[in-house]
Amino acid sequence: MTTIQTGRQIPDRLTSPFSRALKSWEALLLIVAAAVFVINSLASPYFLDPWNLSDATFNFTEKAMIAFAMAMLIIAGDIDLSVGAIIALASTVMGVAMTLGAPTPVLVLLGLGTGLACGAFNGLLVARLGLPAIVVTIGTMSLFRGISYIVLGDGAFTGYPASFAWFGQGYVFWVITVEMVIFALAAIGFGILLHRTNFGRMAYAIGNNATAARFSGIRVGRVRFILFLLTGLMSGVAAICLTSRLGSTRPSIAFGYELEVVTIVVLGGVAILGGSGSITGVVLAALVMGLVTFGLGLLNVPGIVMSIVVGALLIAVIALPRLWAMLRRG
Amino acid sequence: MSLLKSREAILALAIIGLLALIASRFPGFVAPANLASAFTDSSPLILLALGQMAVILTKCIDLSVAANLALCGMVAALMNGAGIPLPLILIAVIALGAALGAFNGILVWTLGIPSIVVTLGTMTIYRGVIFLLTGGAWINAHQMSPAFKAFPRMVIAGLPVMAWIAVVIIAAVALLMMRTPLGRAFYAVGGNPHAAVYTGISVGRTQFAAFVLAGALAGLTGYLWVARYAVAYVDIAGGFELDVVAACVIGGIAIAGGAGTVAGCVMGALFLGIIKNALPVVGISPFWQMAISGAAILIAIAFNAQSQRAPGRIILKQAEHRT
Repeated sequence: MTTIQTGRQIPDRLTSPFSRALKSWEALLLIVAAAVFVINSLASPYFLDPWNLSDATFNFTEKAMIAFAMAMLIIAGDIDLSVGAIIALASTVMGVAMTLGAPTPVLVLLGLGTGLACGAFNGLLVARLGLPAIVVTIGTMSLFRGISYIVLGDGAFTGYPASFAWFGQGYVFWVITVEMVIFALAAIGFGILLHRTNFGRMAYAIGNNATAARFSGIRVGRVRFILFLLTGLMSGVAAICLTSRLGSTRPSIAFGYELEVVTIVVLGGVAILGGSGSITGVVLAALVMGLVTFGLGLLNVPGIVMSIVVGALLIAVIALPRLWAMLRRG
Repeated sequence: MSLLKSREAILALAIIGLLALIASRFPGFVAPANLASAFTDSSPLILLALGQMAVILTKCIDLSVAANLALCGMVAALMNGAGIPLPLILIAVIALGAALGAFNGILVWTLGIPSIVVTLGTMTIYRGVIFLLTGGAWINAHQMSPAFKAFPRMVIAGLPVMAWIAVVIIAAVALLMMRTPLGRAFYAVGGNPHAAVYTGISVGRTQFAAFVLAGALAGLTGYLWVARYAVAYVDIAGGFELDVVAACVIGGIAIAGGAGTVAGCVMGALFLGIIKNALPVVGISPFWQMAISGAAILIAIAFNAQSQRAPGRIILKQAEHRT
C-alpha cells in the first residue's frame, strides 16, 4: 500500500476519517481521563485526598501553560523545541537579579521579559529569515541553556524572597494552587484567542496552507512571529512558577520539557503538521497526563516507567483512529 | 551541482579554519595523533548522523536514535555479562537496533503517523525499557570482559577500530546513496513524494528502509559507545538525538527532505565533534560548550538557508530574461 502524506491539503483534511475522529477526540480524552481517575481512586486510598489532588496538579500545570501557546504555534505549522531552555534562561536571569537584591515584582517582570526576548529571537530567525523552526529551535535550545550554564557553572541560585514563593507554592482558595489558577486563565485566554478571534483563524489558515494564507491578505510572517512571542512569554510564566516552586535555579532546570510539552499538544489532538486542533483537547490531554503520572506515582512506579506509559499512550491514541479507519476500509 | 559543491567546500573551509584557529593557540591539537582521536571521538556522531540523514532525506525525522543507542548498548553489556562471545553480541545489537528502527518505520509506513510523533513516543519507550531490563542499575567497567572493552580501542594502522568502523560505514553509506536504487529512492521520496509514486517507488517502504538503516547504525553505535566508555546506564547519550539532527543540518541536509550529501553529513558531524573536542583543549570551560554549539548550529543553518534560497532566485531571473 502506498500512502502519501497529504497533510496540508484542505479538502483531504475535511473529508478524511481521521479528521472526523478528531472531532470526537475530546470525547475520547474525556473518557480516558475519567477512566484513569476511577482506576486511581480504586488503586490507592490516598488518591482522593484533596491536598494530594491539589499537589497532583503540579505534574502538568507548568507544562500545560506552555502547551497552550505551543498548540497555536503547531497549528500554524511551526514548532518550538527551545521552551525548556527558555525556562532555564529566564530562571537564570531572575536568579542573577535576585542576588543583586531585586524585589519580587522586578523578578516577575524579568522572567516574562526574558521569555519574550527569547521568543522574539526565535520568531526573528524563523519568520523573518525563513529558517525552518525545528532546526532554529534546536539551535536556540543549546544556545539559551548554554548561557545558563555559562552564568551558573555547576552552581545554583537559592534564597529567593519569601514573597516570590507565592507563585509556585501559594494557594488562592483553600486547596486551589496559584499555578492552577494561572493554568485555568491561560486555558481560557488561549481558548478565546484561538477559537474566537481573527488571529486564531489566521493561525489555522497558515497551518493549512501558508501560501494561500499570504494571498488572502494574512501577514504570515507577523502572525508566526507573534506566535513565537506567545510561546516565549508562556515559557517565562512557567519559569516563574517553576523557579518559585523549587525555590532555586539550576542550569538543568526544566530539562526535556520541550518534548513533554509537544507530547501534551499532540495527545490533545493537534495535528503535528499544522492546521487542526483545539485548546479543549490540550486541556484534557494535560489532565490525562497529570492523572496518569500521579496515579503511577501513588503506586510507586518509577518515573522512567511512567515515561514508557506516556510514550505508549501517545502512539496508541494517535494510532487507534487510523487503525480504525484502515479496518473500516477493509 | 556547483552550488552543492560550494556548500561542502564552505564546510571544509570552516573545519580547516576551525582547526587553524585552535592550532594558532594550541599547535598540539593538529598533531596527527590528536586529529585521529578527535575523529574517533566524533565517530558515534558520524554514524548516527548518516542514519539520520537517510531518514531526513525521506522527509521524516528520528528522535529515538539516542534512546535506541542506549538500549542496544545496555543489551550489549548485559549479553557480555552473560558470557556471550563478541561477534554474536555485535550481530545481536545491530539486529536489535534495526528492529527498533523497523518498529518506528512500520508505524510511519502503515499507519501514516507523522515520524516526529512516532519517534517522540518510542524515544521514551526505548529508554524506559532499559530501566525495566536493569531496574536502573549501572553496568560498570569491572563488570565488562576485557575483550568487550578492548575491541573499539584496538589500534590498526594508527587508527582505533572505532574510527575504522566509521570509515567503512561512511564508504558503505556513500555507495548506498549514490549507486543503489534504494539510495536514489531516499532522495526521490523526499524531493517529491507524488512524483516518486508515479515512478513506481513506494514512499512508505522507502521511509521504512531509512528507519531500519538508522536503527541498525544506532545499534552498532550503542555497542561502540558502551564498550569505549566502559559504562552502561539508562541516561547514556541523553539528548544526543538533537546533536545528531544538528550535525545533519550543519552538513546541509535539507530538513524538508530530498537534498544533502554523505560528504556534507560527515563534515557536519566532524564540525560539531571537533568543536566539542577542542573546547577543553583550548581551555574554554565546558560550560560554554552548549552555547557555542548552539551558536554554531544557528550560523550554519543561516548559511544553508542562503544557499538553498539561491536556486529559486536564479530561475526567476531566467524567466525574466525570457519575457
